[in-house]
Amino acid sequence: MSILRVENLTKTYASGGSNLTVLHGVNFTLEPGDTFAIVGPSGSGKTTLLGLCAGLDRATSGSVYLNDIRLDTLSEDQRAAIRNQHVGFIFQNFQLLPTLTALENVMVPLELRGERGAQKNAQALLDRVGLGQRGHHYPTQLSGGEQQRVSLARAFANRPKLLFADEPTGNLDADTSATVVDLLFELNREAGTTLVLVTHDLELAARTQRIVRVKGGTVVSDTQERKSERVIERANGE
Amino acid sequence: MKFSWLFRMAWRDSRRSRQRLLLFMSAIVLGIAALVAINSFGDNLALSIDDQARELLGADLTLSWNRPPTRKTQQLAKTMGRDRAYEVSFASLVSIPKTGGVRLAQVKGLTGNFPYYGTWEVQPASAVQTFRQASGRVALVDDALLVQLGAQPGDSVRLGNLSFLIAGRVTKTPGQAAIAATVAPTVFVPNQFLANTGLLQRGSRVNYKYYYQFAPGTDVDKYVRTISGRLDKDGVNYDTVSERKKQTGRSFADLTKYLSLVAFVALLLGCVGVASAVQLYVKEKIASVAILRTLGASGRQALLIYLLQTALMGLIGATVGALVGSAVQLVLPRVFGDFLPVTVQTTLSGPAILGGIGTGLLISVLFALLPLLAIRNVSPLRALRNSYEDDLSGRDPLRWAVYLLIIGFIVGFAYLQTRNLMLAVGFTGGLAVAFGILTLLGLGLIALVRRFFPSSWSYVWRQSLANLYRPNNQTLILVTAIGLGAFLIATLYLTQGLLLGRVQLSGSGKQPNMVLFDIQNEQIAGVRALVKQQKLPILQEVPIVTMRLNDINGKTSSESKPPRPDQPADTVRADSTRRPPSWAFTREYRVTYRDTLISSEKIAAGKGPYQENGAIYISMEKDYMERMHVKLGDTLNFNVQGAPIPTIVGGTREVDWSRVQTNFLIVFPSGVLEQAPQFRVLMTRVPDNQTSAVLQRGLVSQFPNVSAIDLGLILKTVDEILDQISFVIRFMALFSILTGLLVLASSVVISKYQRLRESVLLRTLGASRNQILRITALEYGLLGLLAALSGILLSVAGTWALARFVFEVAYQPDVVPLFVIASVVTVLTVVIGVFNSREVLVRPPLDVLRGDV
Repeated sequence: MSILRVENLTKTYASGGSNLTVLHGVNFTLEPGDTFAIVGPSGSGKTTLLGLCAGLDRATSGSVYLNDIRLDTLSEDQRAAIRNQHVGFIFQNFQLLPTLTALENVMVPLELRGERGAQKNAQALLDRVGLGQRGHHYPTQLSGGEQQRVSLARAFANRPKLLFADEPTGNLDADTSATVVDLLFELNREAGTTLVLVTHDLELAARTQRIVRVKGGTVVSDTQERKSERVIERANGE
Repeated sequence: MKFSWLFRMAWRDSRRSRQRLLLFMSAIVLGIAALVAINSFGDNLALSIDDQARELLGADLTLSWNRPPTRKTQQLAKTMGRDRAYEVSFASLVSIPKTGGVRLAQVKGLTGNFPYYGTWEVQPASAVQTFRQASGRVALVDDALLVQLGAQPGDSVRLGNLSFLIAGRVTKTPGQAAIAATVAPTVFVPNQFLANTGLLQRGSRVNYKYYYQFAPGTDVDKYVRTISGRLDKDGVNYDTVSERKKQTGRSFADLTKYLSLVAFVALLLGCVGVASAVQLYVKEKIASVAILRTLGASGRQALLIYLLQTALMGLIGATVGALVGSAVQLVLPRVFGDFLPVTVQTTLSGPAILGGIGTGLLISVLFALLPLLAIRNVSPLRALRNSYEDDLSGRDPLRWAVYLLIIGFIVGFAYLQTRNLMLAVGFTGGLAVAFGILTLLGLGLIALVRRFFPSSWSYVWRQSLANLYRPNNQTLILVTAIGLGAFLIATLYLTQGLLLGRVQLSGSGKQPNMVLFDIQNEQIAGVRALVKQQKLPILQEVPIVTMRLNDINGKTSSESKPPRPDQPADTVRADSTRRPPSWAFTREYRVTYRDTLISSEKIAAGKGPYQENGAIYISMEKDYMERMHVKLGDTLNFNVQGAPIPTIVGGTREVDWSRVQTNFLIVFPSGVLEQAPQFRVLMTRVPDNQTSAVLQRGLVSQFPNVSAIDLGLILKTVDEILDQISFVIRFMALFSILTGLLVLASSVVISKYQRLRESVLLRTLGASRNQILRITALEYGLLGLLAALSGILLSVAGTWALARFVFEVAYQPDVVPLFVIASVVTVLTVVIGVFNSREVLVRPPLDVLRGDV
């Protein structure tokens, strides 16, 4: 059973009286535990694709199946429940709730699920990302790298099946980036989560098992296809 | 979803926003404080009236009349009840021979044991017993009169031909407000001596009254219903305890109406504050909501978090408001004390406090709900893209439901405060129109600036004008919030002016305070010279001619007796109800002549006095004409010292008797009475007692027949009372005006977060402090000015409507204070706006860019 299946996905925005199509018939499937990067230049439709996969928006046509649940037929609140059950997020600008402490930020997904022991679990996650002592700090009292680590802890709090990361190192310097990325992949491996990464950074993308390159709203290359092509070529050659 | 988590989130989220929420709360505090204070006071007043209702009347039942009823009714009146007291009362000048002081007072001749309920507070207490025994000519005199005339118990008071020994000083009579005793103090004398005073003449307005005590347990109302038909027919007024309760409540209607308006306005301002504060608060919270949505919170949960937050703040604000209001209401009875006929118990009013807290909670939820609804539709996509804006522009049917609820609330609340549905609907309609016009103005401003954008103007102007229509602009919200605030403040101010104007009209100021009577024609030049010699103004000089009435429409007194059944009817007799009373022919008329009306008069029907084709058209006072059963066009023949003068009733006037002026029942046109024997009355204003004494001495030596009455004392009392009323009105208005200013301030303060980041960006790009300040000042100045001017124009219309339909007085807007309010509101908007941006000027831009602000 695939964890994410995208079929013929198209997204069109009405803009200034004319229609702007940002995604044209995108298809791909992810298996549980896959790590997957979407790369492409600015404006290529990467973030739109991520948003649609995560159920943050509705496609104009085509469908997204998350854990075999078709998202485009669900209401926004139903999709929110799916997100809370199966999805974690990491954003370029961290997107921590500014009025909540680091610990409380991590607790939110657990509390939304109505889980007991939210505080204990959240504290354990903060310890895991190395910020166990900073739980009572507000986001503005943390550095960019620390904020992104809190965001990592939050993303893994509800033990998601799928983790979406939008330019997770986009706002960080090289050293901090390396730490955060290592942590991201470690946590991902430990939890066995499927990772969907949107990035400009080809080095970061290279750490994933599969890279999809998007340009002008269409998938221009997919390493898995190439891999399978190579496998076929090799088989033919033999 | 667990409710407790929503509470926790609401609590956590509020920690970093409390300062902002505090502003939102303060809008509620004052509004609810005013409401609770006024309603508590109202409750306590009603309760006290209820408790002391018997004392208000001093009896179980009273009957009164000023025209004798039929013999049968009189007989009934003499025998009703277990015990009864009888009172004859009329107004007369009384004097204290010892000091020579003279004053108009209420004279009451009493027999029997009045009052049956409540205490007649008299010093010494034994004087009441002495008085009731009525063995000699003793009087009980109101404290105010004794103080004013410098007399005390043991002195004597003169009423007409008789002198009475003052046996006691009356400090409180059941059912009479302290203020009433000051305006028209009473001299109580045993009734049996009244006839010999010579004051009870035909035609004088005398009131006769019986006080009854019934056996305990008697249903007096039921009994009165059995005889009310006869009493009504005979023109007998009756008053029971329950009736008096209602009347007393009703007599405070004007005060209650105004206070209700104050409470209503204060609360509405609170509502405006809540709505605008939450509107801007929501704008700030949208990013957080989007994050919560990506984490899986539903729209409903996100809405509930912020609704709980506002409700909680509303509850705290309302509770604080209720406490403040309860404290203020303890002061109110002291402020109003002298006006009230009952002693108001200042207990905490549970219903008013709970009602206030409930109302506060309700308005904070209702008015916060409107902006909060948008939270449900915030897309989680905003967490990915800052520029995403499609989610909040759609139409939301729930908004209309909330609008309906708000309208329902305002109508309902206005109805509860005024108990008048038409008025409540009118209030709400007026507000809706004001809100609509302000919204249109805001939209109009945006469209206008965009359409005619002055591209050639300086950068500062262009930037501040562009701020009015760019995305994230605050034009609409500030124009409506500040506009509504200015509208309500100005309306309240103008209404206050309306009421103050009404009471001050009769106050002193430049009004005469000394009247010189009985000046003969040949003396007038000399008296004028004497007055002018003291550098005193001649404010009014009126000729008075005395005359009697011979006949009406050719019928004399003897002919206008009730017709016998066998007699043919003529014009006067035909309708027995239109029969002129006999006193009309026996009394003496003091009339004046002039062709114009004076300021205290207004034409009710027909014209002023005039002559036409040799016929003399006179003007009669409206009420007097009705009592005489005379109509326009009737012929009245007067007898002036033997000479007959036929006249026709050409018009009637309404006369404001509360003004210090010589007012007349009948006014002749000029050119008729000039040669008739007459005397004159002259009115002047003396600045002090010394001048008054000099003038009076001059009069006594040169014109001994001219008498002078110094009205200064009475006017001083009236002035004091009016000052007190003015204070009450101002005190209450201040409450609402404070709330208004607070709401204004909070709207602007909250709006700062809209502009802060932009201003910082401008600074990073190299804008000078001065430029930022000017951009900010201009933007707020334009918004403040437009909002204030439109609010004030609306208030003029609103006050006109209030004057016309609620207070029933004429209204002429006073332009100067309106300009002052407009300037204050504009300047305040600019000052607060600029003050808010100081952070941009003092903090390094980096802080803001890092998101620390």
